[in-house]
Order: sequence, then C-alpha cells, then structure tokens
Amino acid sequence: MTSKKVISALLLSSSLLTPLANADIKIGVVSSTTGPIALVGIPQKNTIPLLPTSAGGEKITYISLDDGSDPTATVKAFKKLIDEEHVDAIIGPSGSGNAMGVIQFAAESGTPMLAPVGTAAVVLPMTEQKKWVFKTTQNDDLIAKALVEQMKATGIKTIGLIGTADPYGENWAKVMKDLTQKAGIQIVANEQFQRQDTSMTGQGLKILMANPDAVLIAAPGSSSVMPQTTLKDQGYSGKIYQTHGAALDPFLRLGGKAVEGTILAASSMLVLDEVPDSPSKEIATKYIADYKKLYGEAPATFGANVLDAGLLLENAIPSALKSGKPGSAEFRSALRDALEKTKEMPATQGVYNMTAEDHSGFDERGRVLITVKNGKWTLLK
Amino acid sequence: MNFQIATLLGQDGLTNGAIYALLALSILLVFTVTRILLIPLGEFVTFGALTMAAMQMGKTPKLEWLLLGLVLIDCALDIYQQIKRHIDRNKMKMVALKLGYAVIIIALLNNLSLSEIPMIAQIALTLCLIVPIGPIIYRLFFQPLADAPALVLLIVSIALHVTMVGVGLLLFGPEGARTQPFSDTGFRLGAVLLKSQTLWVILVSIFLIVALFIAFERTLYGKALRATAVNRMGARLQGISPIFAGKATFALAAFIGSASGILIAPITTLYYDSGFIISLKGFVGAIIGGLVSYPIAAIGAVAVGMIEAFSMFWASNYKEIIVFTLIIPFLIWRSMNSHNVEDDE
Repeated sequence: MTSKKVISALLLSSSLLTPLANADIKIGVVSSTTGPIALVGIPQKNTIPLLPTSAGGEKITYISLDDGSDPTATVKAFKKLIDEEHVDAIIGPSGSGNAMGVIQFAAESGTPMLAPVGTAAVVLPMTEQKKWVFKTTQNDDLIAKALVEQMKATGIKTIGLIGTADPYGENWAKVMKDLTQKAGIQIVANEQFQRQDTSMTGQGLKILMANPDAVLIAAPGSSSVMPQTTLKDQGYSGKIYQTHGAALDPFLRLGGKAVEGTILAASSMLVLDEVPDSPSKEIATKYIADYKKLYGEAPATFGANVLDAGLLLENAIPSALKSGKPGSAEFRSALRDALEKTKEMPATQGVYNMTAEDHSGFDERGRVLITVKNGKWTLLK
Repeated sequence: MNFQIATLLGQDGLTNGAIYALLALSILLVFTVTRILLIPLGEFVTFGALTMAAMQMGKTPKLEWLLLGLVLIDCALDIYQQIKRHIDRNKMKMVALKLGYAVIIIALLNNLSLSEIPMIAQIALTLCLIVPIGPIIYRLFFQPLADAPALVLLIVSIALHVTMVGVGLLLFGPEGARTQPFSDTGFRLGAVLLKSQTLWVILVSIFLIVALFIAFERTLYGKALRATAVNRMGARLQGISPIFAGKATFALAAFIGSASGILIAPITTLYYDSGFIISLKGFVGAIIGGLVSYPIAAIGAVAVGMIEAFSMFWASNYKEIIVFTLIIPFLIWRSMNSHNVEDDE
C-alpha cells in the first residue's frame, strides 16, 4: 500500500515538475506507422531524427506517437500531447480524415498544428478553428491546374476519371470538375475503386466504352498502379495522367512498362537532378542524402512534408520566443502568428508564403510536370 | 453492355470466384474439423503473395525469421513436455527433424540467388516456408483450448488475425507488391483476349478442388478428417487423434491460402492487409453453403466473384456493399430452413 502511495506521489510530483524543469520547446509528432496508411506514416516517423534540433537558441524535443491510422486514436494522441505533455506545436497526423477530426482540439487548446496531409479541406475554407492549422503539402487544385493546362495545350477534349473512394479521390473529382469546366474539357466517365480491390476490370471497361482522350487516375500510393495496368491490358491507347499521390518509386517498380509515358505533376523532389539550382533543390538534396544514410533508401515525398513542417517551425520559433516562454499559451499563440507570417521560405516542397487566408502557401514553384521515360522519372519538357 | 464486355467481366468474376471458392473450402474444412472460424486465412494469402514478390525482387523474405521463431517456440514446448513426463525417443527425433527443416529452408533462402531460380522453385520455396506455419499456429494457439466453446475459439482467431496483419506490416512493409505472371502469352477467343494467368488460376483451382475431393473420398487420412468433422468424439473413440486432425487441416488451409496468394499475385497489387477482404468473400461463399456443404460453398463463392465483377461495372462505388449484403438473404433463408440445434453453448 505504502509503496503504491509513494509511486503515485512521485508520479504526481514529476508531472507537476515537468513543465517547469524542462524549458525546452516540445513538439508532438503524430503519424500513422501502422494500419492502412502506414505507407504514408512510416517515412514521416523516420524523418523525425532529421528535424531541426534547436531554434532561436532553445533545444527542441520531439515526442512521437502512432495513431494506427485510426481517427479515434489520433484524437487520443492529440489530447495526450496537449494535456499531458503540454507541447508547443504538433506535426501530423498522416491521414486526411484523421486530420479533419482533430482540428477542433488543436484550436480549442490554442496549439498550432502542421498537417502533412493531402486534402485541402484542413485549411480551406478558412474558419476560426482552421486558423491554427498549416498544411505542408501542395493543395490539390495547384497540382490539378498544372495538369489541366497541360491537357488543354495538347488538345485533349474529353477525359475519364478513376479515383479511390476516399477523401483523396473525392476531392480530386471535385477539383477536376471545376477546372475542366473552365478549360472546356469534358469529363465523360467518373469511376471509383477501393485500395484493396483485387480487380478493376469493370471500371476499366466503362472508361473504354466512353473512350476519352485521356484518363486521370487519382489514388494515393501504390494503389494508383492497378487502374493504369488494367487500362493498358484492355488496350486503352490514350494518355494517362496521375496525381502527386503516385509520385513514389514503387509506382515505377509495380507499374513497369504499363506506366511508361504517364504524366503527373508533383514537387520537384523526384527529378532533382534536372531542375535548375534553387534553395529548395539544395534542401531537398541534403534531406534525401541524410535519409539515405540513416535508412539505406530514398524517402517518399510524405517524409519531406514532415521535414518542411519542422523547417517552418524552426523559422517561426525565434520571433515567437520574444512573446513568451515555451510551454505557455502566449508562446503558442505567438508561434501561430509567426507561422502565418512566413515569407519566401524555401523548403523541400517549394517556397512557402503564408497569409491569413492561405495556410498552405505554395505557388507554381511548388510543382513541376513529370513524365515516366525508360522506367525513370523525367522532367516533362 | 455487349457480349464482349460480358465475357470480359465473366472471365474476371470466374478468376476471383475460383480463388474465393478455394478459400471457402478451406474455411469450411477448418470449421467442420476444429470448430474454428479461420479468420487469419487471408493473411496466408498475402504472406504467400508478398513472399513470392520479395523473392522476385531478389530479397530474402523476412518471413523466414517468423518460421524460425515459431519452430523454436514449438520445439521448446515439446522438450518441456518431454522433461515433465518422460523422454520419448521418437518425439525427440521429431524435434530434431523440425529444427533441421527450419535450418535447411533458411539456408536455402540465404544461399540461392532467389530472383534467378526458375519460378517453380520460387513457388516451392514459398510454400515450404509458409505451410509449416499453419500447424504450428494450431499447436500454439488452438490446441491448448481445443475443447473451449466456439465463441472463445472465434475470439482467439480474431486476435490471431490482428496480430498477423501487424506481423505482415513488420515483415513486408506498407508497400503493395505484384509478381511476374507464370507465362506471358494470351489467348484470343473471338474478340476477347484471355490472359494466361486467368487460365492458370482457374485450372489450378479446379485441380486443387478435385485433388481435395479425391483425398477426402479415397485416402485413409482424408477419411479420418471427415470422420472428425462428422463426430469429434466418435472419431476419437476410433483412434483418430484430434491434435493430428487439427494440425492437418491447418496445414491444408495454410497451403491453400498461400497457393491462392501466389496465383493472384501477378493479376493484382496485394498489400499486407489485403487478405482479410479476400478471405471475407470466401467466407460469404462458405455461409451460402451453410458452413456444411462443400459443393454449395464452392458454387456460392464463384457466384460472389461473378456478382462482384458485374457490380463493379454497374456501380463501382457500391461494389463491396452489394457483395456483403448478399449474405443477409442467405442467412434468413438458412435460418428458416434449419432446425435450431444448440451446439455447445
């Protein structure tokens, strides 16, 4: 009995002492290293050792939690980080759906949240709660614009869409509907599939029947491969476009000959050797080299999104330190304001220019058109 | 829809249906003999496919460490039991044999250049690696509670499924994988191109189903398993070991599962967590057969594949809903037709 009391007393005192004894800046990182979107979460977690370790003369410590791709677990992880660890900012989570569910908790506690997720819905339309959210990926419409312009320039009149039946695919369908209308391109087929589907014959045939000039496949990770191989097997000969979700090396490996000639828009990370020198190129090259040294393989773009979040924080912390001590509400609020004022900051994905309305902050420097040539990513000229 | 589209979809449905039929049969087999609903069957499918893919990429499949670990635990338990009772020379020999087997497989995997050996050898190695995991799993997790109520067995089975998905993520990573087709040729049937892999899937499935049928009708071991399925206690009184029956069915299930995985890996991208949905569709087939009838289960599973293919064409976003809603009318029909026998709860 007594020993139990001693232990609880110790625990209590330690939990009371922590915020005082430890004046370091604490950043929580929530990623999905297990479960369906582990593909995204693992490179993100692997990136943590490469994040900046100090800023403005203060040491930064990172606390990493896994949410198992489960939105409920994401909420728990956020609450733990906010209520128990008293973090100053949170990087994460990995999934779009997971991120949507925790915005209110970040906003209520006044903790800046840097989400490396795909969907633009976390920062658009801007609301009182979303003021606390910053997004380190290109918005879908930025990428889509590049693709639609390319389609228009090459004389494509009709397209077919194949997307995953999740927020990623659905948001793309929405974005493309608006953009193609303006560009005078007609969507003649819109099909959906699940990531785990073992066959896509039906969807492929429907696209073939509509016979569009080009097909856009909107699917994250390696699930973007099967629609394309199916279409090729069925003898579709038009152009195939992919989104930045496909911009991963397994896409080339799994797709083989079937993905030759695919056009996609993504950050310049895939074709670093071919893009002209820029501060972004330098940062990305260093990141890839460091990551390779640690893990023996090149990182997926998802990891770079987390690195960018770290760089944004590193950039914002010095000015926030003037307003308050780490661990205080004033510091967190000042950190949010400083993040919003980020100007012309180069990082792996492009150059960030945040404003009160735009919490993603990319312009066309954040994406390039890429094609697959001889089984390699090549800059489209 | 014209004839050509209907044949293409039919071909697709038949391919998937053949795999679902194989899985439905192994679910039924395991259930009737041991009363266990084998939820982790799907994991054997993905393990088979991903091991094959790893070999073709020239990597040593990490699954070997799972095999080694499980064999070591199994042997340690064997030896512990021997010491507790009395040392039985024959059983000790078995322990040595098991250990030797694991070591030989691992030595082979590490010394062959896996991506260059013929595909048939890759398949054989994959099966040699995965099939022993089945009986060991039975021995470690189910044998100690063989007499427990069916509900307990089901819960253990679910726990095992969750664990194996996690192990799959650890061993194979989150990326999907695909393997090379058995042969590259295609056949033209009128205006329709038949992929050779589709024929392989259908032929091998039919072969396996016929082989199972012959084994159960003609061989002593098959008859012993059937006897256990009909009446466990009666079979035991006739000298059929329930432990043997359990291990044999698990080995068969692991074999059929991993073989299915190898068969479909060239057609589709499989992920570490794809297995569950695939085996669930086999399960729907088994339910259509009322978890007793093999032929009806097989026909039901093929029907599931067909309905899946056509609903994918008509309404791609409702495909899964259509397939899994199928189970409800059959459950109603089954429950109206069967006399309610309280089994063991």
